[in-house]
Amino acid sequence: MKIEDMYQEIILDHYRAKHHSGLREPYEAEVHHVNPTCGDEVTLRVHLDGDVVTDVSYEGLGCSISQASTSVMSDLVIGKPVADGLDLHEDFLELMQSRGAIEPDEDRLEDGIAFAGVAKFPARVKCALLGWSAFKDAALRASATSGVAGAEMFHPQVEES
Amino acid sequence: MSEYPAVVDVAELETPATVGTSPTAGEIPYDVEHIRADFPIFERTVGDRPLVYLDSANTSQKPRSVVETIEDHYLHHNANVARAMHMRGAEATEAFEGARAKVARFIGARRSEEVIFTKNASEALNLLAYTATRDLGPGDEIVISVMEHHSNIVPWQLAAERTGATLRWFDVTDDGRLDVSRAADDQLINERTKIVSLAYVSNVLGTINQVDAIAAQAHAHGATVIVDASQAVPQMPVDVVALGVDYVAFTGHKMLGPTGIGVLWGRYELLENLPPFLGGGEMIETVKMTGSTFAPPPHRFEAGTPPIAQAVGLGAAVDYLSELGMSAVAKHEQDITGYALDLLQQIPGLSILGPRELVSRGGAVSLTLSTPAGELIHPHDVGQLLDSRGVAVRGGHHCAKPLHDRFGIQSSTRASFYLYTTAAEVDALAEALEYTVDFFGRR
Repeated sequence: MKIEDMYQEIILDHYRAKHHSGLREPYEAEVHHVNPTCGDEVTLRVHLDGDVVTDVSYEGLGCSISQASTSVMSDLVIGKPVADGLDLHEDFLELMQSRGAIEPDEDRLEDGIAFAGVAKFPARVKCALLGWSAFKDAALRASATSGVAGAEMFHPQVEES
Repeated sequence: MSEYPAVVDVAELETPATVGTSPTAGEIPYDVEHIRADFPIFERTVGDRPLVYLDSANTSQKPRSVVETIEDHYLHHNANVARAMHMRGAEATEAFEGARAKVARFIGARRSEEVIFTKNASEALNLLAYTATRDLGPGDEIVISVMEHHSNIVPWQLAAERTGATLRWFDVTDDGRLDVSRAADDQLINERTKIVSLAYVSNVLGTINQVDAIAAQAHAHGATVIVDASQAVPQMPVDVVALGVDYVAFTGHKMLGPTGIGVLWGRYELLENLPPFLGGGEMIETVKMTGSTFAPPPHRFEAGTPPIAQAVGLGAAVDYLSELGMSAVAKHEQDITGYALDLLQQIPGLSILGPRELVSRGGAVSLTLSTPAGELIHPHDVGQLLDSRGVAVRGGHHCAKPLHDRFGIQSSTRASFYLYTTAAEVDALAEALEYTVDFFGRR
């Protein structure tokens, strides 16, 4: 397997110039996710307007795969309803767990299809999922606090007050 | 009649036979290619490139003799130890206790009973963190260092929480040495110090710590001194008595042995007074429903069926190392490390963590790599690019997160060498690192 299968130009482009990076206000939820095996981390905020994701802002420390994946994710989910963002997370998760067996849908995942090669390297799948997992967590928390209808079906992990 | 088996005395052991008609170690020139022929894994290729394994501080490769010894044990001598009243049981017991004696002699222990088999170095350190701390309380102090592996940090954090004792630590200097002058200014080791537990050789920086000097200082205050020698015993001659410490922990899989076997050495008079760690079969003297009494060391600390085949395999590893001679192994490591330090420092954007010269330094070389634009290339990306060229290294915090925090970085890339490493492999590493800088530096 060639290294270029993993490090596609799209990935390197996002890594060099991350989209939507930096932490911004306002936001309804902020989460901090860590990949304990390598120490990669991301702090991520989600801002909703009704049930639409109007902003995803983040600061991350990590490898090119985790950084680029977070950048691609922010492009994909901003401007979409939370439920659509969570569906995209499911699609991306399925792609990453496929060990390269799934042909990704470019119409849905756009630049995210560049990570199909990463799925063949099991040790790096967690890197590609870090930002996505943080988004899912933050989006569910934000939905719970702003009372978006339908968010309950995703079992949001909110602390009881 | 006692249930635990007799322990083979070190003095009863025969001198290990040298292979074939080769003369004794020291007289033969160190022949890396000859050594590599004992390691079938080096026949593997990555694409059309040879495997360049530079991750031996993580785990070493295994020579054929170790694997064959384990295979022979399972296929022809397998039985449980110390409780089977039949011939195979006797053979297994003899092999297990024979391995103990080999290890004891390898590290200069006065007697075999000072060698306790654990599952790894972490278990050995945890054993002490539970048993040697039973009298500790508030006001007492445990001293470690910021360069420790997590296995020599977390057990002491837990012990401090349990006992109310205070955990303190040596800092390191910017060039990766223990900051002993600051420790002296801070009176780090004092009359409240009860335990000092330090790495002999850093798994990240390669620094060799002057544990004998620190042990003398700690002993002057009545403290117990523990050494994590996981990176030392595989690489250099270690004489636990000459070191002047109380306990030494190390692991088998970094010294050509199998996984699942570690060693705790302790001075017998101290072990004798430690309470048991884990309870179960094999570690008892007698058991009644109202209470139990316990076997003397080492069996007091080996509850349950021990890692028998693993111990036998470790014995074969010790034979292999003894045959080469640890002085020769250490010299080879120094040669290769010196070569690597010189070569790697010529790569623009490469920065070495820890000592940059070959003084009191072992063979782990950790580094960071930047693009010409000055952006750090993440060790995962470095490791992946190197792997694509057949070069296996470790990237991450190497179970030493506080040390990376101390240097203000999240992670690093580590190359580590062993008795089978060649200069050509170091060349391949340097070439692959340059390729990596080029790959991520391109615009």
